[in-house]
Amino acid sequence: MKRFAALFAELDATTRTSAKVTALARYLSDAPPDDRLWTVALFSGRRPRRVIPATRLALWAAEAAGIPDWLFTDAYAVAGDLAETISLILPPPRETSDQPLSACIAEIARLGTLDDSGRRAGILAAWNRLDGTERFLFTKLLTGGFRVGISQTLMTRAIAQATGQDPSAIAHRLMGDWTPARTTWDRLLAPDGDTDLSRPYPFCLAHPLDTPADLGDPADWLAELKWDGIRAQLIRRGGTHVLWSRGEDLMTDRFPEFAVTRDRLPDGCVIDGEILAWRDGAPLPFAALQTRIGRKSLPKRTLAEAPVILMAYDLLEESGADLRQTPLAARRARLASLLADLPPGTPLSLSPEIAFATVADLAAARARARDDGAEGLMLKHRASPYHAGRRRGDWWKWKVDPMSVDAVMVYAQAGHGRRANLFTDYTFALRDGDALVPFTKAYSGLTDAEFAEITRWVRANTLQRFGPVRQVKPELVFEIAFEGLQPSPRHKSGIALRFPRMARWRRDKPAAEIDTLDSLRGLMPG
Amino acid sequence: MSVLTFTDRGLYCPAGDFHIDPWRPVPRAVITHAHSDHARPGMGRYLCTDIAAPVMRHRLGDITLDTLRYGEPRQIGGATVSLHPAGHVPGSAQVRVAVGGEVWVVSGDYKLVDDGLSTPFEPLRCDTFISECTFGLPLFSWPADSRLRDDILAWHAANRAEGRFSLLGAYNLGKAQRLLRLIGEAAGPILTHGAVEGTTAVLRAQGLVLPPTRQVTPATDLGAHAGALVLTVPSALSGPWARRFGGASTAMASGWMALRGIRRRRGADRGFVISDHADWAGLNTAIRATGAGRVFVTHGYTASFRRWLSEQGYDAGIVATEWEGEAPDAPPDTWPDTTPNTGTGLTA
Repeated sequence: MKRFAALFAELDATTRTSAKVTALARYLSDAPPDDRLWTVALFSGRRPRRVIPATRLALWAAEAAGIPDWLFTDAYAVAGDLAETISLILPPPRETSDQPLSACIAEIARLGTLDDSGRRAGILAAWNRLDGTERFLFTKLLTGGFRVGISQTLMTRAIAQATGQDPSAIAHRLMGDWTPARTTWDRLLAPDGDTDLSRPYPFCLAHPLDTPADLGDPADWLAELKWDGIRAQLIRRGGTHVLWSRGEDLMTDRFPEFAVTRDRLPDGCVIDGEILAWRDGAPLPFAALQTRIGRKSLPKRTLAEAPVILMAYDLLEESGADLRQTPLAARRARLASLLADLPPGTPLSLSPEIAFATVADLAAARARARDDGAEGLMLKHRASPYHAGRRRGDWWKWKVDPMSVDAVMVYAQAGHGRRANLFTDYTFALRDGDALVPFTKAYSGLTDAEFAEITRWVRANTLQRFGPVRQVKPELVFEIAFEGLQPSPRHKSGIALRFPRMARWRRDKPAAEIDTLDSLRGLMPG
Repeated sequence: MSVLTFTDRGLYCPAGDFHIDPWRPVPRAVITHAHSDHARPGMGRYLCTDIAAPVMRHRLGDITLDTLRYGEPRQIGGATVSLHPAGHVPGSAQVRVAVGGEVWVVSGDYKLVDDGLSTPFEPLRCDTFISECTFGLPLFSWPADSRLRDDILAWHAANRAEGRFSLLGAYNLGKAQRLLRLIGEAAGPILTHGAVEGTTAVLRAQGLVLPPTRQVTPATDLGAHAGALVLTVPSALSGPWARRFGGASTAMASGWMALRGIRRRRGADRGFVISDHADWAGLNTAIRATGAGRVFVTHGYTASFRRWLSEQGYDAGIVATEWEGEAPDAPPDTWPDTTPNTGTGLTA
């Protein structure tokens, strides 16, 4: 754990990418192979499951520190992180330990199999032999909340540096359904190691575009709608099918509609597309799709109310051959002919190409995008390969301008982690006659300096406290930008916003001049 | 009548007609120490320790100032006032006020650790104790100075090996000199920001022994000092002054660096946990040692700390101050203090 803690501290101590890559590459060359494997797993979001409830950990830590529960809660509110609170309040360790990371993780799994008193004894003993960062990280692993600010690109570079392999090959090998329990460091990275039939390709991502004016010859570019669903890869290999999200969540069981592709798509093909809730040739609002994600079981009614399709963008593999270096135009032609052969009722559709001759045509299509149920346009160079990750130049997203209203802040709450102690999470209200009706929350869009200034203001202008939430004087006005809105019986205002955020702080505008709930209703489509 | 009362100008002693660390002008102010949230300009007359006096004049200019030695009693009206070591910064004091047979002590800011510069904290018996509680949560437990020294030297050595400067931000009165003393000459010649050098010069002039420093001026040839440790005020860690040092590594020295969220928000590469305030254990030890039955808390996590004290059996209350804040983002421990009054011509 000491070596892993030192790595974590080193990564935490710099914002320079090159220094992070160097530190991680050095660790991945020196650490025991099992620790390397676990580190890569943790850094790619493959956290061990939480085996002990956080409330038990908090209780045991408070007991060991000799403080009452309420004081633990107060301290937690200030530190903004449970594992950090625990590691800080505990008395200093009286022993030390040279256990490697992999052994600590095995110990956590073992503790999970014990009864309550066995867990308590085991965890107190572990806390008593871990110092500072080690204790913090161990507790993070216990709570299942381990996260680190390391991008996949950065990690890929570090592994490439440590192993001498090609970064894009590594990015591909890190995708999919592997866990440290089922592989080894060598097998994970062996170029011809185990073949995992479910493994997706790294997704190709687009950069945002301000204007298409500088893209050159329009004929070189493919335009299509930027659909607002769940980006996914449908993998049809080895007689079965697998569905992956961009966040590498396995979604096969969430969307049983695609089971038919086992019989209808040829073996050895991979399609990149967008899962959309779809009816009568048009997308349903994103909220319909959400009814398919956030639940354990899928009753027939849900399936019937929010049927889905995969709006296909790209063909990455055909007849078992990796097509990613084939130009987009050829990939798309093969995708079109593949889909054309499918029987009616197959939930796969080719994302329509938008014909255009000029930038003005594109602008007109973008202006219509919201009516089409999309969030803008995608522009892809017809000769482009399917890159691993976000590469500038070949793929662009040109989103529609957000909608916005001016609203007043009515509640504020402190954030967590980097934002602990800062009031960063706000609730906003619009006018409805003489009343102020809360209609959305927003957390992002302001600078650190603005958050600090508003935090001081909140402390001085609190009307009432509800636990961690402060009701504040309705004085500060913000422009709230969002991507869409739809009726929602769960919200007091009757309206739910998509991607609300603070576009700016309207210091120039008094609260008397904010928008009304009626004006927000007026933005509703149809 | 109460020995001390709480007014909108600060703590007030009716029997002696004086205020302690007032934040608005009053005729007569007793000052615990020279930090800007305790020693404000505009008072008719000031009283502080003889050790604090030079920095008081350095910061507040031409003031009417009277001094006491530690422990020396002074009769002010019906009150007997004496100043006692608080261990916070050189010359910092607790204020003991006795009226009739009743004794109140105002802690000012304090720490129990001997920093080698300030006269060490002296526990005083009293009936009522008014304690700061800047770090009054069990999250705060300060590491030993020796460990801190090792960490700072290791950070500096790693940066020097890469040819980078090490910019260390610290409050310019107390913390900066404590770091100088701690590091000594182990890091080679230390460069300073003008605000640090100004206060350091005042303290040297009154006899404190500190390692040699060299102030960075526009004329300084930084190339000749590549890899040096540079001691600066926190506010200068970003901005044009710091940019002169190219790809320097930056660090903050403050008790707040114990919290990862604040450490990351400060945007410095490193945070070293060192404070001139008492940590959780220190506050509890100090309060127990007074033998006081009644405790008022101020400056910090007052609500939590008051509740904790009443559960420990104290008659506990809160003193509100103009500087109140649960965890201000520019906490008192690190308030940049780069604009001292220019009265003595010793400033940056």
